Amino acid sequence: MTALILALVFWIVAWGVNIWLAGSRWSGALAVRIAIPVLFGFTLLVLWEGLVRAFGISPVILPPPSMVVETFANSTQILWEDFRQTVLKGALRGYAIGAVAAVLCAIAIDRSAFLTRGLLPIGNFVAALPIVGIAPILVNWFGFDWQSKAAVVVVMVFFPILVNTVQGLRETDMMQRDLMRTYAASYIQTLVKLRLPAAMPFMFNGLKIATTLALIGAIVAEYFGSPTRGMGFRISTGVGSLSIDLVWAEIAVAALVGSAFYGGVAWVEKRVTFWHPAQRG
Amino acid sequence: MRSVLPVITVLGALIAIWFLAVGPMNIRVSLDMAERSGATVLPEGSVERRSVSVWKLMAQNSAHVSAGYALDRPRLPTPVQVGQELWKTTGAMVMRGRAWSKRSLIYHGWITLQSTLWGFFLGTAIGIAGAVAIVYSRVANMSLMPWAIISQTIPIVALAPMIIVVSGQLGVDGRGFPKAIISAYLCFFPVLVGMVKGLRSPQASQLDLLKTYHATSLQSFLKLRLPASVPYLFTSLKVGIAAALVGTIVGELPTGAISGLGARILIGDQFGTPLAIWSALFAAAILAGVLVTLLDLVQKTTLKRMGMQA
Repeated sequence: MTALILALVFWIVAWGVNIWLAGSRWSGALAVRIAIPVLFGFTLLVLWEGLVRAFGISPVILPPPSMVVETFANSTQILWEDFRQTVLKGALRGYAIGAVAAVLCAIAIDRSAFLTRGLLPIGNFVAALPIVGIAPILVNWFGFDWQSKAAVVVVMVFFPILVNTVQGLRETDMMQRDLMRTYAASYIQTLVKLRLPAAMPFMFNGLKIATTLALIGAIVAEYFGSPTRGMGFRISTGVGSLSIDLVWAEIAVAALVGSAFYGGVAWVEKRVTFWHPAQRG
Repeated sequence: MRSVLPVITVLGALIAIWFLAVGPMNIRVSLDMAERSGATVLPEGSVERRSVSVWKLMAQNSAHVSAGYALDRPRLPTPVQVGQELWKTTGAMVMRGRAWSKRSLIYHGWITLQSTLWGFFLGTAIGIAGAVAIVYSRVANMSLMPWAIISQTIPIVALAPMIIVVSGQLGVDGRGFPKAIISAYLCFFPVLVGMVKGLRSPQASQLDLLKTYHATSLQSFLKLRLPASVPYLFTSLKVGIAAALVGTIVGELPTGAISGLGARILIGDQFGTPLAIWSALFAAAILAGVLVTLLDLVQKTTLKRMGMQA
């Protein structure tokens, strides 16, 4: 019971600190803006730990965070191998192929107003579909190794990026395009110097959405068959063999990778679209 | 309306490409079958054929290409086959009065729809509550908003098997519950973001006007912020319901569920019946389309009655 009481006390204190921080005159400072959510997240972990210990919940159902951390530290070898298989081989390659294909497709489609009008509604619709469902089909086509995972990722990231890029390419207005024409700019010049930069905020929107989709695709595809490594493989076998702490360690890796991937793309976006009002705040 | 013709053209082109791709995709399977039934195939033996490109195989065995369009277990079924399978498992079963049979996609669609709607309502409730908290409380804004964003970068599928194990161990019966949790997890975020935007959309002058009326903060919430957020709400609800459906199907895929569209995909994979997978996929797509269209209609009528342009 003491664990629970300690956790509750910590919760109340942390809550108080956060209220005080948010109301204080430093609330605009970067350090405080980071400290508040970090404290909030840490409180959740402490509550989790306290609840698990106080009620004696079996680690087979829900291991305490401390145990997950321990497992994480002890099995970095396995986690690294899974990370390489799922993220570096499956997700990132698929993401790169899908993104390049989608942008090239968008530029090609954009040349015809007819195609754009036809493809935008369809692309929007397909982007909302549960495309993960094609995972078993693609595993069947491309085999068990990373190629099939990359293929699932390609299909999943393709449509959000395509739709956003096509929308972005239409973003320039008549005046700007007329200006390019008075400069006697060719199609390529207009594309590279005006329309692609103008499309960047939209394109990055799609790229950011696609980061999560890429990881989801790579992990789900592994549920349908994979070599004996990979995050999805480890999670599905870990649940079966009741090594739940390892599963949570994999989830932690997935969460870290997902956040880092998103953060990385957001960082590049900031560098590329520095001129956009949303980035100048 | 003027985009109807382009959409139809693009759809037609996609179906044509699909149809043409069936030949090369299935040529190996159909040649194997033809060889087994005694026909002469060039080159002989499926191992020898593996190193030959599909185009060469099609040119050398042009008589067997058409067999690829009528396989029972094709690598890539034709659009017609998928359509027939869809009809066989929906319309045809209704006509025989067996719409709720375990083999009917209507039954499986209904199971998926239930979880989707539960997840949708749960996610929408959490999203709206979170948005209200974020708009009215500084602490909530600073501590919740970053985590709401981070939560979406965590691949939920990694958690799906865990959620199912935990809820099973805790004695929560029924497979609908964990699926609804997963779809709520995917669904709450767009609603939260949209509602925060919507609740903050009234201008300072409008809020000031209510203050001069001596309106309480509850009154200004009910009469100004809430109505102002409705257009944002509906836009994000449409994203949310599609996300909820994705969540349900993801929840059904890796977990050994036995009913639901995701389970049909899983079972189709395990039993090697591609047609079942494809028809379940298309049923899911149709379900998504229907749900989004319904919400779109509700949005249009609501906004019209509220005097806002849709």
